Amino acid sequence: MSTSISKEQSADAQRPVHTPTGLIAFAWTLVGVPLAYGLYQTVKTALTLFTG
Amino acid sequence: MALPGFLRRERIVARPGFNRWLIPPAALAVHLCIGQAYATSVYKTALVEDFGTSQTAIGIVFSIAIVMLGLSAALFGTWVDRNGPRAAMFTAACFWVTGFVVGGIGIETRQLWLLYLGYGVIGGIGLGIGYISPVSTLIKWFPDRPGLATGMAIMGFGGGALIASPLSRQLMNWYDPEYDPAVAGTVPSGGAVSALFFTFAAVYLVFMMFGAFIVRVPAEGWRPAGFDPSTVKQKALVTTESVSARNAVKTPQFWLLWTVLFCNVTAGIGILEQAAPMIQDFFRTGDTSTVAVTAAAGFVGVLSLFNMAGRFVWSTTSDFIGRKPIYMVYLGVGLVLYVALATIGNSATWVFVLLAAVIISFYGGGFATIPAYLRDLFGTYQVGAIHGRLLTAWSAAGVAGPLIVNSVLDTQGEPGSLVAANYRPALFIMVGLLAVGFVANLLVRPVASKWHEPHRDAAGAATPTPERSAAR
Repeated sequence: MSTSISKEQSADAQRPVHTPTGLIAFAWTLVGVPLAYGLYQTVKTALTLFTG
Repeated sequence: MALPGFLRRERIVARPGFNRWLIPPAALAVHLCIGQAYATSVYKTALVEDFGTSQTAIGIVFSIAIVMLGLSAALFGTWVDRNGPRAAMFTAACFWVTGFVVGGIGIETRQLWLLYLGYGVIGGIGLGIGYISPVSTLIKWFPDRPGLATGMAIMGFGGGALIASPLSRQLMNWYDPEYDPAVAGTVPSGGAVSALFFTFAAVYLVFMMFGAFIVRVPAEGWRPAGFDPSTVKQKALVTTESVSARNAVKTPQFWLLWTVLFCNVTAGIGILEQAAPMIQDFFRTGDTSTVAVTAAAGFVGVLSLFNMAGRFVWSTTSDFIGRKPIYMVYLGVGLVLYVALATIGNSATWVFVLLAAVIISFYGGGFATIPAYLRDLFGTYQVGAIHGRLLTAWSAAGVAGPLIVNSVLDTQGEPGSLVAANYRPALFIMVGLLAVGFVANLLVRPVASKWHEPHRDAAGAATPTPERSAAR
């Protein structure tokens, strides 16, 4: 019984998957938006060095 | 202690066809959060006033966190490698968030020891585990571009401060309307800082748990399509063998890299820690500086940008030119730039900014490239644990860098009256340190075969090399 279960689990682990493109886009957006905000704010501050 | 099932490594082994480009955002989700550690200066003055204590007493909070980062990365590195990135990210999130909650309670109740315990000790443990948690996973997912992979994650640590600094000012302005970040001299109340801590705890919990949820490890033997490991093996210093963390610390290579990282970080901190007053002092005539306070803040922004960009750009470059040559650039060119900063840095503002910015990009690059260097020398087997042990160099540099600069400046005069010449002794000490690091990097050779882990035959039995047996 346990052998058949482990075989099923093993077969399941080998079954190919397709990572949803939407999930990848969402994940990159989730980290990209705050990073873009931080970059924008820092560039704005950095410009004061050159604009006085 | 047994881990809950959903955290176990075997539960997150990716099936064939999994897209590895989901892993960098998982890593960034953690590093962008813990990178907040670089933004503590935003509320430092508020805490000094609220607790009615000294700058040093509040500054210690950050120092404790960085020391705990190095210690916990060294102590828990093997645990992180054994249990996988989900367990590590989950644990890091719990510690990091608890650190903010306990620290926030400390500020709310005006108990400084709680802030030390919360943000410093508990949060510092989260920092250490969080910092190393995605690194070895990324290296395994990107064997063809390990520099790019580690650069992406560790860039996030630099980026975390870029986000946390303006966000903190904005949030504290909401919690305490009397505080206006645009008006110099206004300071947020302690209540605003504690509210900021609780807000960060909630936001970081969500972000870090998202990273832990989506992270996967590659299956045994997985490799990217079209990637041939034998092409990597042909490069100097790159091994396909494995060295355990326990053995790695016995090799001269580990300690040479420890020296390299220590020297590079100490030199970088020399500028970072003094950035704002330094640019004003370099262009001071009498009591006044030609660089305004707002412009000095802009200079800090420029350094932050180059710190982050250097982590990604230089680490990626190392995939093409090799790890040893890129450290020759960081340390050798860095040394020349430091000499230039000390001698001609005060000739024009743009010269000073350019020199400092490139030096700081090397500082960031050094952090981001070291995991790939370790992978080249010791293999992927326990690279996370080895990286964790090496980060004690960061802790040591975090103490040494400011100590060198501050003690030299103390002998030169009072803050507010210093000029460029007063910085020269400290800058030349950094030049000496970079020279030491340059020589240490030159001495790095491939790891002797006696330290390699035994290969396993078809039946799974280990066949140790005679040299390794002798070494034990």
